[in-house]
Amino acid sequence: MSGLRYLDNVVTLQLDAAKCTGCGMCATVCPHAVLALEDRRARIVRRDACIECGACARNCPVAALSVKAGVGCASAIIHGWLTGSEPSCDCQGSC
Amino acid sequence: MYGTLPTPAGAVPRLAAGLTMVDRLGHWQMRWGFGRMRYRVRPGLYAVGEPQAASPVLVTANYKMTVDLLRRELAATNAWLLVLDTRGVNVWCAAGKGTFGTAEIIRQVTACRLAELVGHRTLVLPQLGAPGVAAHEVLKGCGFRVIYGPVRAADLPAFLAAGMQATPAMRRVTFTLGERLVLTPVELTAMWKSLGWGSLLLLLIGGIGPRFFTVEAALQRGPAAIAAGLAGVLAGAVVVPVLLPWLPGRMFAVKGAVAGLAVALAGTTLYGARLGGIDSAALLLALPAVAAWCAMNFTGATTFTSPSGVEREMRRTLPVQAAALLAAGTLWIAGAFLP
Ligand code: SF4
Ligand code: SF4
Repeated sequence: MSGLRYLDNVVTLQLDAAKCTGCGMCATVCPHAVLALEDRRARIVRRDACIECGACARNCPVAALSVKAGVGCASAIIHGWLTGSEPSCDCQGSC
Repeated sequence: MYGTLPTPAGAVPRLAAGLTMVDRLGHWQMRWGFGRMRYRVRPGLYAVGEPQAASPVLVTANYKMTVDLLRRELAATNAWLLVLDTRGVNVWCAAGKGTFGTAEIIRQVTACRLAELVGHRTLVLPQLGAPGVAAHEVLKGCGFRVIYGPVRAADLPAFLAAGMQATPAMRRVTFTLGERLVLTPVELTAMWKSLGWGSLLLLLIGGIGPRFFTVEAALQRGPAAIAAGLAGVLAGAVVVPVLLPWLPGRMFAVKGAVAGLAVALAGTTLYGARLGGIDSAALLLALPAVAAWCAMNFTGATTFTSPSGVEREMRRTLPVQAAALLAAGTLWIAGAFLP
């Protein structure tokens, strides 16, 4: 999706290129084409489009990716602030 | 469900293709937030059409809306449907929580004796389930290889026909006007409770005046304030989602404030003479603040916002929203004491 962009320079996505084996799984699962395979190595090509869903990190067989995955609901974040816990989304159906 | 299919691993219930009026009514109810908790399908294996040993196995969540969507899109396909127990939550949210996850897949594959049913060792998962599933661990845990299918169920037939190859477009999440619109009823109904309490509060504050508290004042000033509050909610929860790409600013709170300010300006233009200077000022402050708050709450339902971004936006804009509301409330109450 091209028209809609969120905030810049905020996401927690990290790639340890030295570990990468170039399997391409991260590029497959990413819903926003943040990662791409170049010269048989993964590369972050659209960092600011990342939504921190965690799909890439979860599916990397060699743990070359890390991201602080979480919930983007404002009310969940407030609840997290108040209780000191991680935000969790308990909405049913569409989050 | 609608008859069964005998197999080497026992009888497998068969899903009907296509949707009935009852299904459609149920979907409509869900969108408006009635009985959201009970809309689920029994987990386990189902047959779609006349699947055989070579037919693909599609994995999904036990949210009935999701299963119905698949039934509709797969009307001309023979496949096995492995429904995970996600407690009635859709794939994306369940993957975030981990209920649509590695352990549950391994559990269902084993419990349904899938290996005795099919000749291949491949599971097709919706791509949006990936945050909860580690493909390499599923392979280790039950011997089935995970292939991530398209984001949208509508692309499944094309994906299967292409030998399980997804085009780049099938892998991308979108957020079209239609996708934004179906979310607005849920956004609104989720707010019913806060709307009720907010209205009560406004009625009470509206009664405050030179004679301490009068019901006449509450009934005269309260409804106008409630109308302004509702306008703010509509600006934040309906106008912002619809006009999302065209509203200025990256932050949702900014988009909401802009929409709210536009509505407030329209309001003061139309009713400014009747409102007077102080109430008009209160309106211009309160409406953008309410709209900003509602718009910010919409981030949870969008497809392109990151939690870190939402947190940053909240830290930066919540104090401003609170200050604007407080100033508006002070002006409004003070206005009651002035001639
Ligand atoms: S966290 Fe999600 S959006 Fe971000 S790069 Fe990984 S898969 Fe893509
Ligand atoms: S999933 Fe991991 S190993 Fe595979 S390409 Fe991506 S970063 Fe490299």
